[in-house]
Amino acid sequence: MNSGRSRSDRNSWDPAYRKKQIRSILFLGILSLVLVLSVILSLWAGSYDTPFGDLMRGIFNKAQDNKINVVVRNVRLPRICTAVVSGAGLGVTGCILQSILYNPLASASTLGVSQGAGFGAAFAIIALGAGTAVSGSVMIPLCAFAGSMAVALVILALSKFRQVSSESIVLAGVAISAMFTGATTLLQYFADEVELAALVFWTFGDLGSASWGQIGFMAAVSLIGCIYFILHRWDFNALLSGTETAVSLGINVKRVTMINMIVCCFIAAVIVSYIGLINFIGLVAPHIVRRVVGNNHVYLIPGSILAGSSLLLLGDLFARTVISPVILPIGAITSFLGAPLFLYLLFKGRTRE
Amino acid sequence: MIEIKDLRYHYQGGPEILKSISFRLEEGRFLAILGNNGAGKSTMLKCFNKIIFPDSGSVVMDGEEILNLSAKEVAKRIAFVAQTVPNNQITVHDMVMLGRRPYMRWGFTQEDHKIVHEVMESLHLLHMRGRFLNELSGGERQKVMLARALAQQPKILLLDEPTSSLDLKNQYQVLQAVKDICGNGQITAMVVIHDLNLALRFCDRFLLLQNGEVCRYGKQEVLDRKAIWEVYGVHGEVLDIQGRKIVMVD
Repeated sequence: MNSGRSRSDRNSWDPAYRKKQIRSILFLGILSLVLVLSVILSLWAGSYDTPFGDLMRGIFNKAQDNKINVVVRNVRLPRICTAVVSGAGLGVTGCILQSILYNPLASASTLGVSQGAGFGAAFAIIALGAGTAVSGSVMIPLCAFAGSMAVALVILALSKFRQVSSESIVLAGVAISAMFTGATTLLQYFADEVELAALVFWTFGDLGSASWGQIGFMAAVSLIGCIYFILHRWDFNALLSGTETAVSLGINVKRVTMINMIVCCFIAAVIVSYIGLINFIGLVAPHIVRRVVGNNHVYLIPGSILAGSSLLLLGDLFARTVISPVILPIGAITSFLGAPLFLYLLFKGRTRE
Repeated sequence: MIEIKDLRYHYQGGPEILKSISFRLEEGRFLAILGNNGAGKSTMLKCFNKIIFPDSGSVVMDGEEILNLSAKEVAKRIAFVAQTVPNNQITVHDMVMLGRRPYMRWGFTQEDHKIVHEVMESLHLLHMRGRFLNELSGGERQKVMLARALAQQPKILLLDEPTSSLDLKNQYQVLQAVKDICGNGQITAMVVIHDLNLALRFCDRFLLLQNGEVCRYGKQEVLDRKAIWEVYGVHGEVLDIQGRKIVMVD
């Protein structure tokens, strides 16, 4: 943006501003460090015992014990990449949805996008019988994606044609999620045990089943989204000051809201359709970062990306190791650990509003 | 020079709020827009920079039709300070920096930083630039929003009831700051204001709005007993005390 020297000159006028800047950058650094550490920890932890050196060599298929190569490259690495990519995507969409809808509760799961995916998956498994068939690996994500995009389109249509306020959008999301949850329950009522088991297993969320191709696709979608969001970081800051002020700053608020809703819903739909229902990451990650860096999206967006990745990875680490070799369902773990964390953030040091 | 011609606006399915507003204002003036609640003051103000798009009419500044410009181009010419002041965890510096958003391409330049610094210096905000907006008082926040608007380097500054939630000292400080800026002749300001005495103290042009129509427009003299009765429906007297006009309501 500008040279370091003149910036430090300017900052010397006010130590408080410099302090906040350093704190924000430091926090992003810590988040990156946490992410790197959790990647290494996730790589190492598991039921197959691996020395650290072999582990690193295993990434490049160079370990002497071929089992390590297989474990690292085919089991742990895809799992870690899935967690990092989808955590980042869910974290950043939560952050953006919260700012464009002026609502700290907005995220893919509170808007009903996840529930739409759940219904789509239920439809594929129960109505199309995809749970047991070989085609299931394609059909389930496809239907889940269609379901979540259907919800997204309803919400977008509401905001576009009925001109409802952002508060109403969040409320509409609550209603739509209830509707889809109900529809899913109805489908379950008519399912047999095998289908039911397949569906319940899908809704648990699974980080271990995505192929490299799917991971690549999730990564590409999330990356493009993140770049778009970062380029428009100041638009989100402008939205913070209210619609009228944002318009007076030359921002087409309706268009910005619409485009960002579409991008967010698409990222979230792609992710949940591959890995299942994972709640709370999109809600908690931005709130953690906001606690430290404030509302400036210059720091908030990268922070949410890093925090989302770390949270999902750590959640998965917990799920895999707490009663190893049993792997607990990640969707349940993120909700189970995410909710208390959210409550803690909500009530900690809330002295002024 | 800004010239407003035959501006009309109505809310969807509602009656006409603005009925053919026309007036012109020279550079460097500080205009007070007065009138009852619901007279259309804020609506009119927001039509000038396309926050609300009028049904018909034109807003011409220096021979250029504002209503045909893109939002970004409008933002380079006209800045707006809203009635509600945001209360966020964003630093004063970053909030003022937001004023450079219409000029920004990929990031802010040296020039942007320089302008932001000068604006903060002129409004005595430098010492608090590191504080979050939600750590400030209402008056300080309003001043930050004024600085943000000035960082846009506008030719016209629109203020929608900037003093309504401020204490006496801050009311004077904010309006004095605007007056000083207008005094340099660089910026023309328009303020929607309810306090007639504040308007008389700081503004040099007065526009009285009634039911969406311009009732009076001109210098201090237009604000007389008859106008106050017509616009506000109260009996009042404009007194001259030590060379200063003061409105006394009976």
